Amino acid sequence: MNESAVFWSRMLTELTLSFHIIYATIGVGVPLMIMIAQWVGMKNNDEHYILLARRITRGFVITVAVGVVTGTAIGLQLSLLWPNFMRLAGQVIALPLFMETFAFFFEAIFLGIYLYTWDRFDNQTKHMLLLIPVAIGASMSAVFITVVNSFMNTPQGFELVNGELVNIQPLVAMFNPSMPTKVAHVLASAYMTSAFLLASIAAFRLLKGSNHIYYKKSLFLMMKLGLIFSIATAVIGDFSGKFLAEYQPEKLAAAEWHFETEEAASLILLGFMDQEENIKLAIRIPYALSILAHGNPMAEVIGLNEFPEDEIPPLYIHYLFNIMVFIGMFMTLVSILYVAGVWRGWQFIKKVWFRWLTVLGGPLSIIAIETGWWLAEVGRQPWILRGYMRTAQGATTSEHVDMMFILFCILYIVLGIGSIVVLSRMYRANPIEQEIQDRMAEVEGGVR
Amino acid sequence: MNLEVLGIIVLWIFLFGYVIVASIDFGAGFFNAYSLLTNKSHILSNIIQRYLSPVWEVTNVFLVFFFVGIVGFFPQTAFYYGTVLLVPVSIAIILLAVRGSYYAFESYGSRGHKGYAFAYGVSGLLIPSSLSVVLTISEGGFVDIIDDLPQLDFWALFTSPLTWSIVLLSIASVLYISAVFLTWYAWKAQDWEAHELMRKYALIWAGPLIFMAVAIIIQMQQHNPDRFRNMISIWPMFGISATLFLMTVWLIWKKRGLGLSVGLLILQFLFAFFAYGISHYPYLLYPHLTIYEGFTNQEMAISLVIAFIAGLCLLIPSLYLLFRLFLFNKEYVTGNQKDFHA
Repeated sequence: MNESAVFWSRMLTELTLSFHIIYATIGVGVPLMIMIAQWVGMKNNDEHYILLARRITRGFVITVAVGVVTGTAIGLQLSLLWPNFMRLAGQVIALPLFMETFAFFFEAIFLGIYLYTWDRFDNQTKHMLLLIPVAIGASMSAVFITVVNSFMNTPQGFELVNGELVNIQPLVAMFNPSMPTKVAHVLASAYMTSAFLLASIAAFRLLKGSNHIYYKKSLFLMMKLGLIFSIATAVIGDFSGKFLAEYQPEKLAAAEWHFETEEAASLILLGFMDQEENIKLAIRIPYALSILAHGNPMAEVIGLNEFPEDEIPPLYIHYLFNIMVFIGMFMTLVSILYVAGVWRGWQFIKKVWFRWLTVLGGPLSIIAIETGWWLAEVGRQPWILRGYMRTAQGATTSEHVDMMFILFCILYIVLGIGSIVVLSRMYRANPIEQEIQDRMAEVEGGVR
Repeated sequence: MNLEVLGIIVLWIFLFGYVIVASIDFGAGFFNAYSLLTNKSHILSNIIQRYLSPVWEVTNVFLVFFFVGIVGFFPQTAFYYGTVLLVPVSIAIILLAVRGSYYAFESYGSRGHKGYAFAYGVSGLLIPSSLSVVLTISEGGFVDIIDDLPQLDFWALFTSPLTWSIVLLSIASVLYISAVFLTWYAWKAQDWEAHELMRKYALIWAGPLIFMAVAIIIQMQQHNPDRFRNMISIWPMFGISATLFLMTVWLIWKKRGLGLSVGLLILQFLFAFFAYGISHYPYLLYPHLTIYEGFTNQEMAISLVIAFIAGLCLLIPSLYLLFRLFLFNKEYVTGNQKDFHA
């Protein structure tokens, strides 16, 4: 085993995934938002929503491009950095990986068609229908990849006899215990993040002097969608807690800093841990952990002390867990206030400070996605395939991983800056006021 | 036919698909950059943009499909190739990433940066070069198994004439395939200036292509006599390929049947590609790994085949729609239509 190769393989995988997940989340969630915007526009015969769909699409192509190339990178890095893992797991879980390429292929074809056929069909509905395969393809890609990840957490569908895999059942492997909650959580949080990102852009434009009704419509629509999906994400998150208690108790216990197995366990919120593992400045909510884990305030929750020292994940995942949960709650609150405020005519939602909170929501949601994935991945350590293969056993033995890490760092910096520059230039060159004017001129010209 | 052979045929077809569509894309980028250098960019840029824009993502998927498929059907390849290919494939990924994303940045974002066009053109030659190294490695002689771990001998690889011949062949093929395709495409778009220029490039690159192909077969005799004998034993397939090549060149020379010439070109490469593949049988990595040793279990193989068939049922109609709307749509190709971009 090559210690440095293991370390750098982990670093490079974390780097690629952390970068890719931003674009992947947008890639999964935004097609649905485009579809809803276009549908609302057609139903209400409101040109603003149709323009919204059209403008989001233009930016979406840029993020898809980065998502595609970084997705290709992680797809290959699975074999390049974890050849031993892929050799073993590939025999059981190759099916969803394979299906993901089809889902993505399907999405790519229809996105190309959708993008290049605005106004080409006489019937607008026909054009909108092209988005259905795009949205389905995007979401199914996420489903299949998350299935692979869930298999790493709760592997099943095979038996290990004398180091040989026997009795392999690909479908049983796919429908493993952590699959339903994980897939649902990934999808809901992707929709939520996409909605809050788009809301954040609208709020930002409103703050920066534009007072156009287009942005108000966009903001309200995205906040409504964000609210729905943030509630969904929270509910599914609760199920995830119950799943973990049952199938991966060490992950839940580490995330909650729960050491002793006990009944009526209290939930530790926030806080810090010093060198001697003393917890300071934490808020303890009585019974809450038992409720989260089993839906029963008196239930017994297994603690970390039940597990061998070398099989428990790093304790810092507690911080990741807290950040994710707090951002989720914060965004639910902001969107409830906004949506209720519009209905009840509350004035404070139009104040500058509230607009800034909404702007903050975009980046915060991305941070929640990042911390959520770090929690999921670090929380599975020391395993790459829980109970069967340790991360260190799965890694490559190649000498040059550190060099590759540096190269990919540079690549992601270039892509990250490039995509932001191109996006901001694209929208600045063609502001909404200008585009609406052009559209009007076009329509009038047609009438004459 | 057993599942092992079925699996490798499916994957080989997809790799072939990638070779063709990616070559068109890579070559187009190179010609575009070259025409900027020689101040002929006005001739080519329109035609190239119109072909590439709606299909570039699809190109990438062929490659992803191939490598996900090969790890699915032959998980041992992840171990052998994954361990030795870290550096060359990482470089290819980085080039592909820069190329793919900057293509989107340029065509959907801001247009007309010269430095970018050159980087785009050069990457189109570097990517096939770095990917072709995989084929060279598969020929054997560069990987040793030390302590049960495959080790790549970089020095032997980079000093072998075979490596560089294969690199040159990959570049010549990319430029030739692309030039023939664009000759036809420009003709279809009734862009006569572009048509003439591409026709010239196609004829120019025909020579180096056939020269390198023959040179490689001769070198194989030295490098790996066993593989050389296999190649000679299926000479009729290479012969058919050579005949198709001559017919394509003749058609382009005579400016006749350009649609047919693209068809013959694809057949030419199909025969050569499969002749090469058959001669490689049964090895995935000579002499360490065969398709039989590297194969996954029956259950997984069967479910992959079922998924593949189901997937094709979804994809073929979609691809047909894509091609009908863009590649084979006269209005779109000639640019007589309004711009329907979002």
